[in-house]
Amino acid sequence: MNHRFTWFNATALSLGFVFLYLPILLLIIYSFNESRLVTVWSGWSTKWYAEVLRDEAFLGAAWVTLKVGAISSTLATVLGTMAAYALVRAGRFKGRTLFSGMIYAPLVMPEVITGLSLLLLFIALNVDRGVMTIVLAHTTFSMCYVSVVVSSRLVSFDMSLEEAALDLGCSPFEAFRLVTLPIIAPAVISGWLLAFTLSLDDLVIASFTAGPAATTLPMKIFSAVRLGVSPEINALSTIMIAIVTIGVLAASITTKRAVVRREKQARAAGG
Amino acid sequence: MNFRRLLLIGTPYLWLVLLFLVPFGIVLRLALSDIALAIPPYSPTFALKDGWQGLVDMIAAWDFENFHWLLDDDLYYISYLSSLKIAFISTCLTLLVAYPLAYGMARAPESLRPTLLMLVILPFWTSFLIRVYAWIGILSNEGFLNQFLLWTGIISEPLRILNTNTAVYIGIVYTYLPFAVLPIYATLEKMDVALLEAAEDLGCSRIQAFWLIVFPLSKPGLIAAAFLVFIPVVGEFIIPSILGGPDTLMIGRVLWDEFFSNRDWPVASAVAVVLLLILIVPIVLFQRHQQRAQEADQ
Repeated sequence: MNHRFTWFNATALSLGFVFLYLPILLLIIYSFNESRLVTVWSGWSTKWYAEVLRDEAFLGAAWVTLKVGAISSTLATVLGTMAAYALVRAGRFKGRTLFSGMIYAPLVMPEVITGLSLLLLFIALNVDRGVMTIVLAHTTFSMCYVSVVVSSRLVSFDMSLEEAALDLGCSPFEAFRLVTLPIIAPAVISGWLLAFTLSLDDLVIASFTAGPAATTLPMKIFSAVRLGVSPEINALSTIMIAIVTIGVLAASITTKRAVVRREKQARAAGG
Repeated sequence: MNFRRLLLIGTPYLWLVLLFLVPFGIVLRLALSDIALAIPPYSPTFALKDGWQGLVDMIAAWDFENFHWLLDDDLYYISYLSSLKIAFISTCLTLLVAYPLAYGMARAPESLRPTLLMLVILPFWTSFLIRVYAWIGILSNEGFLNQFLLWTGIISEPLRILNTNTAVYIGIVYTYLPFAVLPIYATLEKMDVALLEAAEDLGCSRIQAFWLIVFPLSKPGLIAAAFLVFIPVVGEFIIPSILGGPDTLMIGRVLWDEFFSNRDWPVASAVAVVLLLILIVPIVLFQRHQQRAQEADQ
């Protein structure tokens, strides 16, 4: 739709993006504020960063969060890819409707309900709550996101390629590893990234399933935030925003490069 | 069915049954139980070891007492209504903000669009909690917004915005904006410009062309956006508890307090069951809408 780009469109865009980015920008700027009063500017300083990086409680929580994120997103990627494959490729099987329902339901389930139900399960099974139970909970909801991302890629994928590999003597697993996996890899990777950020971000489900033994970074931030704004939290937030921004930009640039490279190869092969 | 196929389907299937379906069954069972002064604080109405007789006894003992509680106590009833009201109003507000933004993006030069899209998606990847937290510093009595308004002379006394429903609305519009922009942008982007040119050639003013052509064609995107905001906002917990005040009643927060502060697990479970029943209607409508949109695409 490339019809005139009018002043109205330009205003709508600038106002929209100012609204989206100004709060984050203010937070980042004031994390470098000297004063403890978070809304009064009194000069540049990086002391709050030093303070956060010295705070054992924050570092411990960050470590738990990273551990939970790495394990749960990896498990979720494996399970979610299997689920996507089962839904798109396995044809009919008993209980398929229930299966696809269970894949989509967690996506719209309110977090408070998911958290509550998993906690009740762990109590019923008499499981000690801690890092492990958060991993199980996060894997369960993020595998559904992974499966949605991967299956949208599988649907658009030309099945005859896989059949050709089978005809040429590949075992089904080899065909998956050599043909299917390289093609769906971008979706699998973005599924993993999505699962990882969902896990890093989650407060509600982690609060229900963590128990007294483990505290994640969002839980720590939430209890600090309830007391109001603090410069340490501003500094911590800025660090997290920086990491995520760099990660997302790097991921999008690499996938774009890969797409360009593949197109070039295809053109070379075709021409 | 061969072994490989069984493994492929069975592993994720079993995982979801164990960690999604069974827990949900437990919530249902607990919602029908009585509260008890014990750990865990409820007396179950059914235990697997009692077998068939236990099942019969359970059904005989069902009294839906916890659900009566929900009806008798005004708090729950008002919280459900207030959650729906807040979700409805904030969905409308989010769409109002999202539409011009999506429209501007769809009309931007083609070379700019991927960057703009990236800029809308990027906040989605940054922590939800941090994005909500950022508004405390803006909306508080000594916050940036009040400082700015006092400085311009529009107001002479700081406005109380933080810890009110207004702050909750602002927080929701802010955090859910990307969810609303993306589906609207998708429908606007694939619209055929020739239609607009034709309308103008036939004598439509630009505003008429918008109302007669662009808006009706973007409806599927708008409807999808409305559901994507409305459904999660009904059960929202973080925004009302950080930006809302004591009078901001939302059911997600009530459930949390019932569970963590009052330790009344059976009532918390009953609250969860009713919340889900309320959400089933919009979820089913949304699924149908998506299916129809998909069929229309093909």
